[in-house]
This record gives sequence, C-alpha cells and structure tokens, in this order.
Amino acid sequence: MIEFVNFYLFPALAIGSIYALGAVGISMIFGILRFAHFAHGDLMTLGTYGVLAMAAIVPVNPLLLIPFGMALTIVSALLVDRYFYKPLRELPTIYTVISSFGIALVFRSIVQLVWGSQNQVFSTGVKPPLVLFDTFRISVLHLQAVISTAIIAVLLHYFLTVTRTGRSMRAVADDPELAEVSGLDTAKVIRWTWIIGAALAAIAGTFAALNTSAHPNLGWNLLMPMFAAAILGGIGKPMGAMAGGFIIGLAEELSSYHWIGDDALISPSYKTAVAFVLMIGLLIFRPQGLFKGRLL
Amino acid sequence: MELTGLFFYAVSLLILGGIYAILCLALNVQWGMGGLFNAGIAGFYGVGAYTSAILTTSASSKHLGGFGLPVPLGLVGAAILAGLAGWAVARICVRLKSDYLAMASIGIAEILRLVIVNESWLTNGSLGLSRIPRPLADLTTGRMGDIVFLGFVWFVVLLVYLAASRLHDSPWGRSLRAIRDNEASAAAAGKNVEKFRIQTFVIGCAIMGIAGALSAHYFRFLSPTATDPLLVTFLVWVMLMAGGSGNNKGAILGALTIWTLWSVTEIFTNRLPPEWATRSSFIRMLLVGLLLQVVLQRFRSGLLPEKSPPVKFRQE
Repeated sequence: MIEFVNFYLFPALAIGSIYALGAVGISMIFGILRFAHFAHGDLMTLGTYGVLAMAAIVPVNPLLLIPFGMALTIVSALLVDRYFYKPLRELPTIYTVISSFGIALVFRSIVQLVWGSQNQVFSTGVKPPLVLFDTFRISVLHLQAVISTAIIAVLLHYFLTVTRTGRSMRAVADDPELAEVSGLDTAKVIRWTWIIGAALAAIAGTFAALNTSAHPNLGWNLLMPMFAAAILGGIGKPMGAMAGGFIIGLAEELSSYHWIGDDALISPSYKTAVAFVLMIGLLIFRPQGLFKGRLL
Repeated sequence: MELTGLFFYAVSLLILGGIYAILCLALNVQWGMGGLFNAGIAGFYGVGAYTSAILTTSASSKHLGGFGLPVPLGLVGAAILAGLAGWAVARICVRLKSDYLAMASIGIAEILRLVIVNESWLTNGSLGLSRIPRPLADLTTGRMGDIVFLGFVWFVVLLVYLAASRLHDSPWGRSLRAIRDNEASAAAAGKNVEKFRIQTFVIGCAIMGIAGALSAHYFRFLSPTATDPLLVTFLVWVMLMAGGSGNNKGAILGALTIWTLWSVTEIFTNRLPPEWATRSSFIRMLLVGLLLQVVLQRFRSGLLPEKSPPVKFRQE
C-alpha cells in the first residue's frame, strides 16, 4: 500500500499536473479559436529550452528561471498567431490545424538548430525525497509541481470569473458570434488566450524536463495525453482540462501498477496508449467531455 | 562512372518519388476530395509495410512469418489491413469536427508504432525485419534490379492514379466533393454523409498501406524508424498542398517536386563539414515547415489547381 502511494500515486499526480497545465492551453485555444493546436507540445519544448539556456548562465534553481521560458513562449506564440494563424482565420479552421502542424515542426527544428538534439538535464543535483510520517516519500519536484498547479488553478479560476478579460474569454468560448455583436474585444481575448496558454506551456514543459530530461521531442510526446485531457475536461473548460489532466496522468501511471497478481496490469511500454484509449472511449460515448464542454 | 552513379541516383530518387506519389494520391482522396484531415499517415504506412513484409518473407525464428507469399498478394494484404485500421478510426471520428479526426489519427499512428516496437514476436522489435523479397527478382541481378523495381513502382502509381481519377470523376466523387464543400446541403439532398466519409477514409488508408508495402520491398529491410512521422506524414502533407489538393496530377507533381528538392538539398548539405551537416538537416526541416505556411497563405490551390470534371450529357 505504502509502495503504491510512494511509487505510483505521487508520481502520477506530478505527471497529471504537467498534463493539466498543458491541456488548459489546448482547451482554451480550441474553445476560443476553434482549432486543435498541434504545435502546443513543441511550444512547451521551446519554453523548456529557454529555461535551460538561462540555467546555464544563472546558477539558481531552474524553477526561478521559468519566467524567461514563459517570455519566450508568449512572444513566439503571439508572433506565430500574428503571422501564420491570423491570415488563415477566415478559412475553415482545418487550414489552421494544418498550419499548426507545420509550426510544430518549425519550433522543433529551431530547438534542434540552436541547442542540438541530444538529451539535456538540469544540473540541480540529487535531492533526498521528503519523508512524511516516516512512511510517505515524495520527491521535492513532484510536490512543487502539484502545489504550483494548484496555485495556478486558483489564480486562473479567479481570472476567468472575476476580471473583465477573463469573463469575455468565457463568453467568446461559449458563443463567438454573440460575443462579437455584444461588442467584446475579440482581438484582446485572442491575445490573452495565447498569453495564458503559452505561459502555462512553459511551466509544464519545465516540470516535464526536470522530471526526466529535456529533448526536442519532449513536448510532441506529451501532445496526445494533453489532447485527451482537454477532451476529457470538455473543450473550452479550463478547469475541466485541469481535472482531465490529472485523470489522464493517474490513469496512465496507475495502469502499470500490479493490481492483479505480480505483473503490471498494462505493460509500461504501452502507457501512452492508455490516454488514447480513454480519448477514443470518450469520443464514442461522451464527446462533450465529463464536464459538459462544447462539442465542436 | 560519374554518369552511371548519377543515373542510379535518379533511379532511386524516382522510386521513392513514386512511393511518395502513391501516398500523396491517397491523401488526395482523403483530404483533396473528402476534406478529411489525416495526421497519422505514418501509422497506416507502417501497417502496410509490416503486413506485406511478414506475408512475403520466408520463415524466421525471430518474428512471425514464413508465409512466403508472392509480392502482389503482400500488397493486397497490406491494403486490407491498413484499410481496416482506417475503418476503425473513421467509424468513431467522422461524425465529429475534423479536428477530432486529426487527433485520433495521430493517436492511432502512435499506438501502431508502440505495437511495432514492443511486440517483437510479430515484428522483431527495433531489430527489424530483413531479407524482404523484391518483386520480379528473378529477372535481373545486381543494380539492374532497381530499374525493374522502378518500373514496378510506377506501374502501381499508374494503377492508383487511374483508380483515383475514376473516383474523382464518378458520381461518387461528385457527391464527396459536395459533402466537403457543403455538408448540410449534401445531407439535405439525401447523401449519407457518414457513409461517404468512412468509405473515403478507408480507401485512402488502404492506398497508404500499399505505399508502405512498396517501401518495405524496396529497402528489403524494415525497422520501426521507417514510420518516422516527420518524413512520412509531414512531408506528404507539404507535397499535396504544394502540388494542388483535389487534383490527382497535382498530387503526383507535388510529390516529385518536393521529394526532388528534399533529396537534392541533402547532397549539398552532406558535403558540409560534419558539425554543420547535422545542423543543416534541421534547417531543411525549418524551411519545409515555412514552405507549408507560404503555400497555405499564398498558393492554396497549389501548382495544379483543382478542376471539376466536365459535365457530360448522355446523347439522346
């Protein structure tokens, strides 16, 4: 039991928070701009490498350098939206999906060009795990990831329900035409969608890289579970996407626990498939997601 | 010597160009005619490659096999299995907005890759399958075999092209384009939108399987790296968009043009000093990514734009 909590539950929550942070951006972009953003994973990679580059210069805890990664992803996302996605906005959104598919490749090749394609690790040294009540052992990083995600969730909720911009964002996600005729500033809403999505992508990417290592495919490999999390939570529902991220993270990690007998229930090499199977099941039975999101 | 080298370079360029042309024609059926977004081309291509390889190789203790069937039967098997995989995806996703199909197809490609890497009883894992036979191998020996294979590949291209043109000009193709352009009015005219879309997706995936099978027979060796989504999925999209989606000739032209550009630039970058040679491949990727953006914004109709087939009235 203790083994289950220490080696499966805590890491699963940490992975879940990475998915949650990434899925918020995907869900908001899908809800407001109406397209599946295939470059979101690679945006995460870009942010991670921004943090990594600063960490090589400034020897402090990489978590303190995340703002640099966020600045990099926000600027890139806004530029890409301005020059590549905006010209296609009048067309069916599928053209923007194709474009984002290409942008994913552009981000990845920029990362490889500037930083090379080998694995890179943050040199934070080995930290002993925290021991609670002499039984629970949780790594400091996992704790940081879960706590930051919780704080972000609270702030995001506040932003979306109290501030004017946040409320316009929800209005556009609900009904873009109605929001436009009511005189809401759509351009501003789109700008804030990218800013929030990109900033959270940088945080998620950095946690993912700290958890394992940074490599150019880091974000692309996380894209599938993040899509699943966004659909699970209901498109256009940021809080749902957060919950979806945790559910997908838990499902992936706990599926390789030896629930029956001594073998893993599902071989760990098929972990990624779990998210996909969940997504397919959802698309068949409940495409609007668990929390009544939109079905586009 | 220089001339023969150049000649065989052109042969290999045309063989792979032909395989890409088949992929492009397949994507043209799905996207150009049906408006369906498939982001998992690599997955269906991989299924085709492995199916045909397993069906045609002689017995080996390392993987499933020993059927030793002739190559054409391998191609048929590849088309059937890839089509089945496509059917499973299409069945679930075609009713939803095309973005969902994109996500699901990329997911299925990923799962198929996991299966190929992990199920070594079937595919010999990352070590791969070797000694895959070539069709008509008895006719010639040595490098001449490449020329025979070139003919075989382009014969298949011709068959696929004829089939795709027939689909394009037929009432079936017309209904398909009607659905693509205005789903509601096509449905109101009594077309079963879901059925048409599933058929389109399955036909496209089956053709992708054939392309995969041909590549397995060409390289005579198959490992999981063959299903690299960058080279297989992404490049094919750029080819179709540049060539002209909706136009079968455009699909072939786009495949040949982009593949020639991609391969010829490789010759130049390989002459650079080693530390630059690796970097330059990323520059190439970057440029292809940007090329797609330019095509999407400025030349959306491609080199050969889509043309509606002429309307023929029956003579009284």
